[in-house]
Amino acid sequence: MVVLKTEGLTKEYRSGFWLTRVRVLHDLNLEVCEGEIFGYLGPNGAGKTTTLKLLMGLIHPTAGRAWIPGRDVSDVAVKAKVGFLPENPSFYDYLTGREFLHFYGELFGIPYRERVKRIEELLDKVGLSKAGGLQLRKYSKGMLQRIGLAQALINDPQVVVLDEPMSGLDPVGRKEVRDLILDLKSRGKTVFFSTHIVPDVEMICDRVGIIVAGQLIRVGPLEDLLGGEVECIEITASGLDEAAWVQVKEWSIRPPVERGEKVFFAVKTEKDASRAVELLVGRGVSIHAVLPQRPTLEEHFLQEVARPEHSRRGRP
Amino acid sequence: MSKVQAIALNTFKEAVRDRVLYAILAFAIAMIASTLALATIGAGMGPKIVRDVGLGFISIFGVIIAVFIGIGLVHKEIDRRTIYTIISKPIHRWQFLLGKYLGLVLTLFVNVAVMTGALMVLIFSVEGVWDGRLGAASAMIFLELMVITGIAVLFSSFSTPALSAIFTLSFFAIGRLLEDVMLFGDLYAGPLGRMVIRGLYYVLPNLGRFNISSEVVHGLPLGEVVSGMTVLYGLLYTLALLSLTALIFQRRDFR
Repeated sequence: MVVLKTEGLTKEYRSGFWLTRVRVLHDLNLEVCEGEIFGYLGPNGAGKTTTLKLLMGLIHPTAGRAWIPGRDVSDVAVKAKVGFLPENPSFYDYLTGREFLHFYGELFGIPYRERVKRIEELLDKVGLSKAGGLQLRKYSKGMLQRIGLAQALINDPQVVVLDEPMSGLDPVGRKEVRDLILDLKSRGKTVFFSTHIVPDVEMICDRVGIIVAGQLIRVGPLEDLLGGEVECIEITASGLDEAAWVQVKEWSIRPPVERGEKVFFAVKTEKDASRAVELLVGRGVSIHAVLPQRPTLEEHFLQEVARPEHSRRGRP
Repeated sequence: MSKVQAIALNTFKEAVRDRVLYAILAFAIAMIASTLALATIGAGMGPKIVRDVGLGFISIFGVIIAVFIGIGLVHKEIDRRTIYTIISKPIHRWQFLLGKYLGLVLTLFVNVAVMTGALMVLIFSVEGVWDGRLGAASAMIFLELMVITGIAVLFSSFSTPALSAIFTLSFFAIGRLLEDVMLFGDLYAGPLGRMVIRGLYYVLPNLGRFNISSEVVHGLPLGEVVSGMTVLYGLLYTLALLSLTALIFQRRDFR
């Protein structure tokens, strides 16, 4: 079931002295299904935050529509089922962690007793139980991100929208956020998050959308985006004599690398790999590994971003 | 309504946890206390001067709080991006605006009450009587502050704090002098000028209507100046300001 959908979603801003129209999001058509983790990947300034702001009703679309779950995002009632964490969130720093969550709980109309129970659960989940009585101005960046996630989950949302949730966090913090997202998925929630960090997407996403210069250029399951195509085959060997070295240099599509006793080289096709292994084994060379190499999402992403048609911002 | 209440109480909490507000309030009470020096002025004028200057201070400091919190009320939320997590909740933009406004009005109410209490205690310590009429004067000052806050919030919804302060203080000055401008127009302006001034008279806030200090100070009857119409005027003007702000706010993009 589709829980988040956009149709022709477009956003233009007027900027400069002559109020020139600049299109920052162009005709976005997107569907996110129930229970999946959708990674919205794009470089800085690609239109990721604009999309998320349109979904949350923070800005109005120039054209097109968006629905979360099944209702137009302009309907305030939609937000009762959605949790949102903005990029680099800023909160009321004079409130304590608990007061902060109570405040957001009140905005959802959650009764006091239920709120208290939910807040303690959430503080525990994000590892802030002991810091719940501290004012937010005393929180570190990682703690703020975690309390931000807690406010996004206060209403036990069906859909969780996160804008760069791992941005600026240390590796431990990033892992904690990833684990939290995976936990949400395990409880049947749908997570839509934007990021420019490719490994985060590779690690946890079911489907990925790549946005560049305001246009969604690729969307689909991670494995489809990466493709089944083998880029090259990497072979690890040891005990090469001089003649074998000459052969390896001849076969390898890039200069062989020597680390200790082992030599790493790559051949283009599976046929080349079979032939190389056969000949090397015949010469008494030990083969340690034969690994087909597929392009990473990062390489895909960089290729897409580098295309000339994506290097400039669209104008209407 | 509970959502509006939550935002109002949060706004009030923000104000009372801000040390600047306490500094302003302490300074205001010190200034009110300093009027004690005027009580010794002869010819029976002392008590009147204390009341007049005391109410003047309540009004001035009330306006300072209303303008300087009011101009940042909405702008600060957008600038600090705290608004993102609020508007993304199931709450209408007008509810957010109303909550912010009521929070500031509650802050002003407490401040005006504290300043009025200080003035009444001061007068009691000198004269040995509680002057309840000061409460009426303060209530009208509070009503005036509600209108001024409405103006500050209106400008705050689409302008920078500096410009909002200039606009709001200009409106305050014009509003206080509106009766005089009208009189001036009737006496000296041509037909077109009179028409323009009359038009402005009905559009701009007539803040002079809320100033009953001279009646309170000179012991004149309050029946005529503290009328239901004045209260209604203040409330309706505020409602109009808030409605206009809500219209502007509804169309805004929070970039």
